[in-house]
Amino acid sequence: MSIDQFKFSRRSVLAGGVAGAALLAAPGIVRAQAQTLKIAVLLPQSGYLAQAGQSCHRGALVAPQVLSDLGYKVELVHIDMESNPDVARTQTERAINEGAHCIVGAFDSAGTLAIAQVCEQRQVPLIVNIGAAPQLTEQGYKFLVRNFPTGGMLVKNGLHQIQALIDATKIAPKSAVFLHANDNFGLAQRKGMDALFPKSGLPFKLLESIPYDPKAQDLSVEVTKIRGLNPDLLLVVTRAADAIKLVRDTVRQKFQPMGIISPGAPGLYDEEFYKALGPLADYHIDALPWANPKSKVTQALEAAYTKAQPKFRFAVECFNVGFTFDALMIAGDAFKRAGTTNGPELMKALKDTNLADHVMIGGPIKFDEKGQNNDIPSASVQNRNQTPTVVLPAEVATMTPVLPMPPWQGRK
Amino acid sequence: MTAITLNIVVQGILTGLVYGLMALGLSVIFGVMRVVNFAHGEFTVVAMYAAFLLFDMLGVSPLVSLLPIAVAFFFLGYVLQRSLVEPFISRAEHEQFILLVGLATVVVNGLLLIFGPDAHPINLPYSFDSYTVGSLFIDKVRVFAALGAFAICIALFLFFRYTRTGTAIRACADNLTGAGVVGLNVKQLYAVTFGLGFACIGAAGTLMATIADASPGLAPAYTLLAFVIVIIGGLGSMAGALVGGVLIGISEALAGFYIQPSMKSMFSFALLIIVLVLRPQGLMGRRL
Repeated sequence: MSIDQFKFSRRSVLAGGVAGAALLAAPGIVRAQAQTLKIAVLLPQSGYLAQAGQSCHRGALVAPQVLSDLGYKVELVHIDMESNPDVARTQTERAINEGAHCIVGAFDSAGTLAIAQVCEQRQVPLIVNIGAAPQLTEQGYKFLVRNFPTGGMLVKNGLHQIQALIDATKIAPKSAVFLHANDNFGLAQRKGMDALFPKSGLPFKLLESIPYDPKAQDLSVEVTKIRGLNPDLLLVVTRAADAIKLVRDTVRQKFQPMGIISPGAPGLYDEEFYKALGPLADYHIDALPWANPKSKVTQALEAAYTKAQPKFRFAVECFNVGFTFDALMIAGDAFKRAGTTNGPELMKALKDTNLADHVMIGGPIKFDEKGQNNDIPSASVQNRNQTPTVVLPAEVATMTPVLPMPPWQGRK
Repeated sequence: MTAITLNIVVQGILTGLVYGLMALGLSVIFGVMRVVNFAHGEFTVVAMYAAFLLFDMLGVSPLVSLLPIAVAFFFLGYVLQRSLVEPFISRAEHEQFILLVGLATVVVNGLLLIFGPDAHPINLPYSFDSYTVGSLFIDKVRVFAALGAFAICIALFLFFRYTRTGTAIRACADNLTGAGVVGLNVKQLYAVTFGLGFACIGAAGTLMATIADASPGLAPAYTLLAFVIVIIGGLGSMAGALVGGVLIGISEALAGFYIQPSMKSMFSFALLIIVLVLRPQGLMGRRL
C-alpha cells in the first residue's frame, strides 16, 4: 500500500473538520433544543448527612408530577453525592457529560461549593436548594443562584425571633451558650453569630461559643462544659443525630435551661428526633424558614407528598422538601421563560426570576446580582406534641410559644 | 481535681471500657491469624441493629440480648472464616485488605438499604437516668455497658488462659508450625478464633447500642477507632485493647473539655502518633 493513498485533499479536510465540529457540538445542540429540562439533583443520600439528604430526595421524587401540573416540564436525574465534596465534584462532571442542563443541590455547603466550581467551568446553572455558607454567593459565581438564606441571614432572622419569643413569653434570660457543629454550615452560623449578636440588643450575655465534632459518639463532654457555665438559654446549630445526643446528655446530666433554641438549623424538628426522644423532644424551638400552609403550591405539594410518601409527615419534612421543590420550580420556570436549555441563556432567565407562588414563606422569589434571594424570613417553630408548630409570628402561628420549657423530669 | 473534671474522667473510663471491648475483637483476630478485619466497625453496627430489632420487636433489653447476639455472631464469624476468609489466609495482605474492605462496603450499604440513614435509638426505661454521687452525674446506661464490657473481657481472658481450646489457640498464635506439628487442627482453631472475635464484636455492638444510636454512618468511624485503640494498646494484646480503649476514652473527654470539643478526635490521633514513634509495638504489645 502506497502512502499516497492517504493524501488528504483540501475538500476532504474541510468536510472532516465540519463533521468533527458537528460531533463536538452535538451535545450542546441537543441541550439547547431539548423539550424538557434535564435537571441533575445532587444530594447526600448516604454518608453522615444522609438523613437530611434523603428528606430532600423525597421532595425531589414527588416534584415532577406537581411541576407538570403547574405547567413546568422537567426530567430529574437523582445522584448521591455521599456527603463528600469530592464525590459531588466528580458526579457533577458526569451529570453534565451525560446531558444535564442544570444542577440542583446539594444541602451541604461544602458539597455545593465543589459543584459550583464545576458548573462555573462548564457554564451550567446551579440552583442551591439548601446551603448557607456565605461564600456561595460571595465568590462571584456567574452560574449560581441560591434560594436559601445565608448563615448570616439565618442568624439575623433567628436572633429577631429570639427577641420576639422573649417579648411574647416575658422570660428574662441573663446568659446563653452557643453550641454549633464544627462543619461548614456550623462555622457559617458561628461567624454570623459573632458578627450579629453584639448588635442584636438581646438582653442576655453570650458566655461562650462551643464547636463540636458532628461525627462525635456523644456530646457528654460538651454538655458537662455547658453545665459548668450554667446558661439560661442554649442556642444550638446541630444536625439531626447530634440534636438527639445533645438533649439526651442534657437530661442525663440534669441540666435544665429555660429553653433550647436553634437560630436556624436542622435537628430539632426531624422525625428521627421525635422518635428518639418522645416527650423530651417537645418545647425546643427552631427559628427558621418554613413552608407557607396558605400557599396553593404548598397545598399541592403536600397532597402529592402525603400520597407518595405515606410513611413521612409533611409537617416534619417541609423544610427540606419545600426548599428542594422550590429550587426545582425555579429551574422549570426559567426554562419555560428562556425556551432553551443553553446554559448562559438559562442562567439569564434564572437571574430574572420573579416567582410569587412557591412553597416556603416569603415574598416573590427574586435574585440579586450575586444570585442570592434576600427575602426568606424565619418563623419560630416549637415542638408541640412531637410536631413542629409555628408559634411566631402571630399572624401565621397556630399556637402560642411556651418558655421556660417544662422540666425534663415531669415529661417522662 | 474539680468535680467536673472527675465527672469527665469517670465518663471517659466508662466509655473507654466499651471501646476496649469493641477493639478486643480486632486484636484477637489479628493476634492469632494475622488477618486485619477491615469490616470490624461495620459488623459492630450490625450488632447494634440486631440489638435494636430485638428491643423494638420483642422488647428484649440489650443487657439480655447480649448473650444470644454474641453467640449468633460467633457462628457468623465461624462461617465467614470458613467460607470467605480461609482461602485468603495464605494470600498477600493486600488481597485480604481488598476482600474485607469489599465486605465492609457491602455491609454498610446493605444496612443503609434496609434501615435507611436515620439513627435508631434504644430507649430503655433508664436511658435518661443517671447516678448522682456527690456532685457527679454518671449515666446509668454507661455504667451498665462498662460493667458488661469488663465482665466479657475477664471471661475471654479466662477462656484463653484456662481452657484447652484457649490454650490451643494461643499455641497457634505463638508458633503456627509447632501447633501443626503437635497435631492441632489449625483451620478449625482459626475459625473458632474468628468466631470469638466476632462474638466480641456482637457483645460490644449490643452494649454500644445502649449509649449510641445505631446508624450506618457509624461503621467507618468504629473501624478507625478500633484500629487506633489496638495500635495504641498493642495489636494482638488483649489487655492492651482494654488499656487503649480507656486511654482513648479519657484523653478524648479531657481534650474535649479543656481544649475544644471539636478537637477530641485529634487527640486520639496525636496519642497514636506518639505511641507509634516511641513504642511502635503499642503499650502492651510484643516487639516483632
